[in-house]
Amino acid sequence: MLKRRIIPCLDVKAGRVVKGVSFVDHRDAGDPVVLAAHYNDSGADELVFYDITASSDERNIMVDVVERTAAQVFIPLTVGGGIRTVDDMYRMLRAGADKISINTAAVLNPQLISDGAKRFGSQCIVLSIDVRRVQDSVGAPQWQVYTHTGANARSTGIDAVAWAIRGAELGAGELVINSMDADGTYGGYDIALLQTITSQIGIPVIASGGAGTPEHLYDGFVRGGADAVLAASIFHFGNYTIAEVKADLHNRGLAMR
Amino acid sequence: MTLAVIDYGAGNLPNVVRALQHLGVALTITSDPAVVARASAVVLPGVGATLDTMTTLNQTGLADAIRSASANGVPFLGICVGMQVLCDISEEFGPHDCLGILPGAVRRFPATLKVPQIGWNQVRYTTKHHQHALFDGIPDQTDFYFVHSYYCDVTDKTIIAGETDYTLDFPSVLINGNMAAAQFHPEKSGSAGLRFLHNFIQHMAKLECEPLHV
Repeated sequence: MLKRRIIPCLDVKAGRVVKGVSFVDHRDAGDPVVLAAHYNDSGADELVFYDITASSDERNIMVDVVERTAAQVFIPLTVGGGIRTVDDMYRMLRAGADKISINTAAVLNPQLISDGAKRFGSQCIVLSIDVRRVQDSVGAPQWQVYTHTGANARSTGIDAVAWAIRGAELGAGELVINSMDADGTYGGYDIALLQTITSQIGIPVIASGGAGTPEHLYDGFVRGGADAVLAASIFHFGNYTIAEVKADLHNRGLAMR
Repeated sequence: MTLAVIDYGAGNLPNVVRALQHLGVALTITSDPAVVARASAVVLPGVGATLDTMTTLNQTGLADAIRSASANGVPFLGICVGMQVLCDISEEFGPHDCLGILPGAVRRFPATLKVPQIGWNQVRYTTKHHQHALFDGIPDQTDFYFVHSYYCDVTDKTIIAGETDYTLDFPSVLINGNMAAAQFHPEKSGSAGLRFLHNFIQHMAKLECEPLHV
């Protein structure tokens, strides 16, 4: 039986992990390679590095980080952030990434999804969608796509569900659905958003944004229909270990590795 | 005595090579059919589609080199699409011939399932093969990492060494003499995957590698 996946996400800037990872008692706790190895040893099913670097010089550092990680950590590694062209994808894949996550660049140029899928296969292309909830005229929830992750996020006016469906049609192999409303709240995933998308999509969906407890992850899987969950703070700050969360979900009847 | 890793542009080649290098085996990355023909063991990686892969293998002469390595009993490991192309035919992007080394057809998962299958799934050993050296030190029903939309529907069930349940049961490991093939990615399956590769190198290819520390 296919297992539900737990995927820690590390924000990397100029070769160092930011958003402090506070549970690792190690002088190199900011080293993405050290943390990747740590998460691998503690049962992570995959890893995501998100490059929040602004300049292209610093992006070369990311290539080096990916290379050093791939030489030591033998589980799937996704790299996102600042990837705008098929050549950018190629560099990261050669460096050892298994998948490429694209977000803003795909909204600005949807053909990037199909070009990437044609050249490297759909399994390489993860479409990450930042979403904010809005209300329609009768008060039913709607969701809009945002670009430029972070403090400068911009509304696009694009319907998130329609964009998710289009992304799958263009050849994305997986979707990350990140609720900006829930992100950082520790209040749980946006389950209605996940349900709306997973019920209409035939490719794996990864829930992101809002996880604070194992129960939230359970809800993301069971009520939201997610195949995997992306989580950062819940693990980085040592509130839970991956092993604890997996044991809890296993006890609730989910198939975990 | 070298291990030839066939380079025909497969996306996972670098990571297969990294995993093998981590195990300390001497290897040659090659797209030269003559080098494949002389190798003491061969690894065929793969990600993507059988149609593209077969086109490249045919054009480069690697298809014939793989067939003759197989006929000569050279230890061989196919990974993912490198497993699928060993079959007779594939239905991906329209029916086409594959290498015809293992009897069977490459079929797409039914549309009722999420396709691709992405993630960790268990390999259940078959009675005939459960004591094979390829599985040394790896418990039955261990999880490995899969990424695929197609699977090998082999007609000779005796070559199925491992099976996996994705609503339907499909062969995840095939063994026929010195030839082995895995639908999962051992190079991405953590310590179990490294051990699987280590077992292939040590017990099937009979090449030197470092002791495994996992």
